[in-house]
Amino acid sequence: MDLELLVTVGVFAPLLGAAIAGLFGRRIGDLLSQSVTTGLLFLSCAVAWIVFGQWTWGELEPFTVTVAPFIHVGDFVSNWSIRIDALSAVMLVVVTTVSSLVHLYSWGYMAEDPHKPRFFAYLSLFTFAMLALVTAADFMQLFFGWEGVGLASYLLIGFWFKKSTASAAAIKAFVVNRVGDFGFALGILTVFWMFGTIQFAELFPMIAAREGTGWEFLGHTWSALDLAGALLFVGAMGKSAQFFLHTWLPDAMEGPTPVSALIHAATMVTAGVYMVCLLSPLYEHAPVAASIIALVGAVTALFAATVGLAQNDIKRVIAYSTCSQLGYMFFAAGVGAYEAAMFHLFTHAFFKALLFLGAGSVIHGMHHEQDMRQMGGLWKLLPITYAVMMIGTIAITGLGIPGVGGFAGFYSKDAIIESAYAAAASGHSAMGVFAFLVGILAAGLTAYYSWRLVFMTFHNKPVWKEEGAHHADDHASAAQLETHSEPVADGHAHDDHAHDHHGPLQPHESPWVMIVPLLVLAVGAVAAGLVFAPYFIGHHEGEFWGTAIFTGAHNHVLHDAHEVPTWVKWSPLVLTLLGTAFAFWLYVLKEGMARRMADRGGIVHGFLYNKWYFDELYDVVFVRGAKALGDLCWKIGDVKIIDGLGPNGAAWASLKSAARLAKLQSGYVYHYAFVMLLGVAGFLAFAIYAWGA
Amino acid sequence: MDITLEHYLAVGAILFTIGVFGIFVNRKNVIIILMSIEMILLAVNINFVAFSAYLGDVSGQIMAMFVLTVAAAEAAVGLAILVTFFRNRGDIAVDDASVMKG
Repeated sequence: MDLELLVTVGVFAPLLGAAIAGLFGRRIGDLLSQSVTTGLLFLSCAVAWIVFGQWTWGELEPFTVTVAPFIHVGDFVSNWSIRIDALSAVMLVVVTTVSSLVHLYSWGYMAEDPHKPRFFAYLSLFTFAMLALVTAADFMQLFFGWEGVGLASYLLIGFWFKKSTASAAAIKAFVVNRVGDFGFALGILTVFWMFGTIQFAELFPMIAAREGTGWEFLGHTWSALDLAGALLFVGAMGKSAQFFLHTWLPDAMEGPTPVSALIHAATMVTAGVYMVCLLSPLYEHAPVAASIIALVGAVTALFAATVGLAQNDIKRVIAYSTCSQLGYMFFAAGVGAYEAAMFHLFTHAFFKALLFLGAGSVIHGMHHEQDMRQMGGLWKLLPITYAVMMIGTIAITGLGIPGVGGFAGFYSKDAIIESAYAAAASGHSAMGVFAFLVGILAAGLTAYYSWRLVFMTFHNKPVWKEEGAHHADDHASAAQLETHSEPVADGHAHDDHAHDHHGPLQPHESPWVMIVPLLVLAVGAVAAGLVFAPYFIGHHEGEFWGTAIFTGAHNHVLHDAHEVPTWVKWSPLVLTLLGTAFAFWLYVLKEGMARRMADRGGIVHGFLYNKWYFDELYDVVFVRGAKALGDLCWKIGDVKIIDGLGPNGAAWASLKSAARLAKLQSGYVYHYAFVMLLGVAGFLAFAIYAWGA
Repeated sequence: MDITLEHYLAVGAILFTIGVFGIFVNRKNVIIILMSIEMILLAVNINFVAFSAYLGDVSGQIMAMFVLTVAAAEAAVGLAILVTFFRNRGDIAVDDASVMKG
């Protein structure tokens, strides 16, 4: 079959599914909506794997399908197109695989929800927007996909719109992303201003010649490429929840768990990383912008990992973990190891989706309990979930023996850390040393919080059992208040669990429709690194990436990364084992001690538990600042100045002058007579004067 | 001494002034206003007749007769309004008649 037609079908299938389920969902019913969207997604997934397989093991040249013109105005040309190269092939596989598995998983997870067609329509719409993003051949379509996924993310975070925290989280996600998108749009404008085109294929060959182009502003000459790169990166910061613009991601956990797995772990949040790698020709010639990326990425990796240490909501721990892993990807791209960043994106999608869906399985089994302090001892009751969560945790902590092999995260994370070391050693990146240190430190923290999650959830004493009979109802509401957990939907939505609400909580294993995606992802989490490392970062790296990723003549980071000293290769493993051991000691051997320490408070715990007080800081500076500015414009500017001098002022003036004039109308006859007399006297005097003259 | 035109005119002016002041200064009675108006008209009549005699032209005296007629009619209408006014308000004090106040 013609490959061009095939990819077109693959990209548009989710849109068709979204349209059918979204527009006719009520008429065709839940089951058909679910079947259509999921079926089309699996079709899309099959196409993606065909393309990816052809790319990796077959002979496939990059090509672009132009579907339709989008905007043609003067020199500005933008088309709807499908660009297939190494980067988009990787992203196609990641997006469609995770998305189709999440569709399937949602059959079980959302079984009790009364609005299934809407949910599946949004999921498919998201997938289409994401595919449009990764296959874009110019900035305009990239921006379209960028905004499309933002919209779908907003709709899905606020899917349970009756819950006010979910609505607020959706708005927060949208608004924070607007900040990033503003920078992104400015970046696109800068590129168009410099090069007169936004087509990647025309743009990339022109960049090298423009290195050093300056831009005069405020009496200072700025490097135009660095400026464009930094502005575009601001967009990536928003979408990928990097430091300063990260606040929306943890709150986005208000959405249903499959959404968190798909959008806020595996795909949408990696769009920023994808964009930076796609624009490698730009960043290779913009060292300052690349350093900024490395710095922000490293800070995020460390920051999010520290916050993850102290969270109690199972989904928030994973959300901060995602944030931290995205930081890894960014500093890898920032130091010049784009391939390692993409590889980590690829493996991370598997094990992070696995962790999220596993957490969803736990939440489902615990009847929408998300507080890890209320769990414990679940390994007997949820054996399959326990097994896949163990696999996911081992994968994310990057357990593996250098030179021998390991789980998926081992290959990609170690590649990143080694690249950072190589970049520092060869002096390629100014941020290399910092990124390397953060990388190994965050590896230890990752191990600690990931294992803490497993121990608190699956091991230890089963807390839910002790709380016993009074648990179910009051507890669910209390936990909801405290941890923003998922709602107990509408009363009737839980009919099949109704009996549980009156007796002790009885956690149960999830249905098979949820287990199967977990098992598939578990295979990915185990094997993705082993199988694909040679293509992404190993011997076949050159022919695999082809022209999709550009590395400058002096960029040997990835090559050097294979030849770092032995201690560098072993240090992440040592830190990981230390973190694991510490978590084991604190949460298993000294069970209950961590709880007592947390209850006692303490500055460090409070600082981490409250996420470095970022929400509070933003509340004071931006939220209240914006309110104060609004108050100023409203109460002073509008009410006092505009209304005061305008409509209200004119009305007041005419009223007052009319009142003065009305006083002349005294109503007394003799006043009128007197005025008449004066008038007559006046006329007479004038007449006499006039005659006399 | 002879009574000259100036004397007549002086009397007319005095009467006129008294009439005008009768309208303004009076705050009590509407009837007094009517009487003041009569007085003004009489002052005018005196002027007419005085000039008529002085100039030997009879048309001034004819005019005076017209004025008298109009004054009588005006007094009749005025008093009729006054009666109605009194019936409605029970009072004819000038200070109370301020319905047209703005």
